[in-house]
Amino acid sequence: MKSFITILLLLLTLSFGVHASEEVKLQEANINLTDKASLLRGANHYVTYCLGCHSAKYMRYLRIALDAGVDEKTVLKDIAPEGASIYDQLHSAMNKHDAEKWFGTQPPDLSLIARSRGADWLYSYLKSYYIEPGSPRGVNNLIFEDTAMPNPLWQLQGEQHAVSRKTIWGEYTELVLEEPGTLSEREFDLFVNDLVNFLVYVGEPVQMERQSMGKYVIIFLFMFLVIAYLLKKEYWKDVH
Amino acid sequence: MNNEGVDKSKRQFLTTALTVVGAVGTGYIAVPFLAQMQPSVKAMAAGAPVEVDISKMEPGQLLRVAWRGKPVWILNRTPEVLATLKTLDSELRDPLSDESEQPPSSKNPVRSIKPEIFVAVGLCTHLGCSPTFRPEIAPNDLGNKWNGGFFCPCHGSWFDLAGRVYRGVPAPTNLVIPPYRYVTDTQLIIGEPSEEKTA
Amino acid sequence: MKPSRLTDCGNWVLDRFPLTKFWNEHMAHYYAPKNFNFFYFFGSLALLVLVIQIVTGILLTMNYKPDAKLAFDSVEYIMRDVPWGWLVRYMHSTGASAFFIVIYLHMFRGLIYGSFKHPRELIWIFGMLLFVALMAEAFMGYLLPWGQMSYWGAQVIISLFSAIPVIGDELSLWIRGDYVVADATLNRFFAFHVIAVPLVLIMLVFMHIIALHEVGSNNPDGVEIKESKDPWGHPVDGIPFHPYYTVKDIVGVAVFFLFFATVIFYMPEMGGYFLEHANFIPADPMKTPEHIAPVWYFTPFYSILRAIPDKFAGVIAMGGSIVVLFLLPWLDRCKVKSIRYRGGIFKKALLLFVISFIGLGYLGTQPVTPVATIFARLFTAIYFGFFMLMPIYTRWEKTKPVPKSLTKIHSLEEQLHTLEEQLPALLDEITELKPVDTEIGHPAFKSSFFTRRPNPEGMINVINRLAKKLKESLD
Repeated sequence: MKSFITILLLLLTLSFGVHASEEVKLQEANINLTDKASLLRGANHYVTYCLGCHSAKYMRYLRIALDAGVDEKTVLKDIAPEGASIYDQLHSAMNKHDAEKWFGTQPPDLSLIARSRGADWLYSYLKSYYIEPGSPRGVNNLIFEDTAMPNPLWQLQGEQHAVSRKTIWGEYTELVLEEPGTLSEREFDLFVNDLVNFLVYVGEPVQMERQSMGKYVIIFLFMFLVIAYLLKKEYWKDVH
Repeated sequence: MNNEGVDKSKRQFLTTALTVVGAVGTGYIAVPFLAQMQPSVKAMAAGAPVEVDISKMEPGQLLRVAWRGKPVWILNRTPEVLATLKTLDSELRDPLSDESEQPPSSKNPVRSIKPEIFVAVGLCTHLGCSPTFRPEIAPNDLGNKWNGGFFCPCHGSWFDLAGRVYRGVPAPTNLVIPPYRYVTDTQLIIGEPSEEKTA
Repeated sequence: MKPSRLTDCGNWVLDRFPLTKFWNEHMAHYYAPKNFNFFYFFGSLALLVLVIQIVTGILLTMNYKPDAKLAFDSVEYIMRDVPWGWLVRYMHSTGASAFFIVIYLHMFRGLIYGSFKHPRELIWIFGMLLFVALMAEAFMGYLLPWGQMSYWGAQVIISLFSAIPVIGDELSLWIRGDYVVADATLNRFFAFHVIAVPLVLIMLVFMHIIALHEVGSNNPDGVEIKESKDPWGHPVDGIPFHPYYTVKDIVGVAVFFLFFATVIFYMPEMGGYFLEHANFIPADPMKTPEHIAPVWYFTPFYSILRAIPDKFAGVIAMGGSIVVLFLLPWLDRCKVKSIRYRGGIFKKALLLFVISFIGLGYLGTQPVTPVATIFARLFTAIYFGFFMLMPIYTRWEKTKPVPKSLTKIHSLEEQLHTLEEQLPALLDEITELKPVDTEIGHPAFKSSFFTRRPNPEGMINVINRLAKKLKESLD
């Protein structure tokens, strides 16, 4: 009986260890939403490099100003495109029909991309473009194969090539920078990290507030629990 | 069960303490629940200040714009109208707008920053209908006493062309003047207060 | 105290409305067994969660738009633009999962203490109807955010109905109101979710409680407290629900809220189990997500569906896994209620059942692999075996004698206290003291340095003892 259960549980854990290891290993993004400077840099990168195609239609410039602690005029001047109002959402100027003609698909809205994909995936994705001659766009991506998006950051990153390596554990692909871009490797990592940090924030702007509020709620509930417990103990003295 | 030797005062104290803490907790959760019925950011965005170009307005013309979803009137008053306004004080309830709502820059007999351009929220101060614009003098349906003004069809309130209410009608105060300012001579922003305080 | 205006006013109402009678019948003079344990919190907690869901649900409908074009946007509008909308939404989404956690524990309580047995069969039936209504409520509510998981989950589940012979296709078409899940489906699910099913739920809760208070509560000993009464006609082992269980349940409520708040403020997605990642992508009828899984509380039943290689049989098995629960009062032939006095065979069967239920639940969240399918089939067999073989194995159960009245309750404090007392002895057993050889020191000090080292022999002893205890408890 006992050994049967043990074997059962053992097999169960084994059977799920197997298929988990097939995916490409993701690089870890360093997410810190309290770093307001990083969020503002990320917002800037987003408007410069992403907003051309990708809207973030649930996000308002006003919210960025409030959460990053800068005044509205600075946000309008430094981040928002010309002519935007502080109440505007981050709409993209791209025409939907053109987009479908150029990319075969509409560029998705990125307001919630960090919640559906996760920060590490985004960070790894943006860093994993490589040159693939012969493919329709000339580039491919290790994380998202045959992605419809051309590398928007290639000027900054430079050109990467895929090199296949063999080890005793098997074969894997490594990306090697062949032609450096305008940013050094460290600068580029920081750039992508800021962008991803901003996207995580955009995914749920309230998350900082939520967490800072949580501790007070929990302290209050603890207080309530203590009094409730004392009252229960007092009344249950009657019960023998 | 045994009820003897029960410390009644301790029970009473703990019960009260728990009730108080529970009530505070209920209060804390009630605040967000009630606050979520406040205007959202979207509503605030729609209530943002509105810019109006008045360069093409002819004398006597009325322009309607929406601000916070309310009708706002912009009326280009002729010199004759302004002259008539001065003669009406005795028939009005609040000719100097002491009890009515307006920004300080519009608290004057003609109720505007520039005398000819009149700006007001087009909602009756009685129960919120939008009065009709009746600039003509002594029409058949309104009678001889009508000197041109705004007439509320819902309950029959009368206002003159400075939005001032007549005596003996249901509306209690003059029409509300929204905050507004001039960006240029021909450009108005409704919803932002004027900095200069003309009395 | 002089009768004030307020008490006058109160009396005026009480003379005309049976509020006092109601209060006494269900609270102050409702005698409940005094030995309720941890598992007995979940009934009142389920009621609490129902209230939370109704209140937050009403607030959500104020800003939600049941329209395929607007639904997804309106949820994000609630999350971002509506003041405190995020809190209300997280309370509702966390409340849904909390509801099922509470209900599953509540049902498990009934299972182990025999609360479904004579004379409480009807309470169990009402409870099962509640469970089915709750599943319908949760399923329809899950479509409303109109994300990818909402959409494809609904598509899959509604397609189940098409497996029914002859009328199946027509039926699923009728449920959807369109050829695929579409605006019409969303709109009618909204109507069901916000008014039709909640009304049914409230009515069933009412009947569930009325039926319970008619026959009285069961307890962890499975002894009928009404059988021994004191000279005043009150059960000797009973205590009035109010104040004793009201104050106790408030403690449970406080603990529940601590967990609830922790999830809401720190992990509202619960790692993708309470709010699934793919549901942050708007519904796209042209593209199925790579891996679709229902929310965690449906996964045991979903696993059963997937385990059966035939469409119709799969649907029957899934439906059967719920129907069989209704029959429980008549499947179990053992007269003894509580697991404390039941035979080893039932305890073993129950253990297998719990393992297979959790196993099925876990498998349902995972993609299908050949190994997983084998396990899902094994667990499905155990699931049904537990119920279908019950009339046989419960008949020859070797039960222990049931006491006449309730046994002594060991409160949590007492249990902690005994644990505290046993701890040093346990520590001594699993470790051993070894003198430390100090090379520099004088020989006279040599034996005064000791260090604790884990003692493998002692550990094996302790584990053996625990295993024996576990085995004994299963017999």
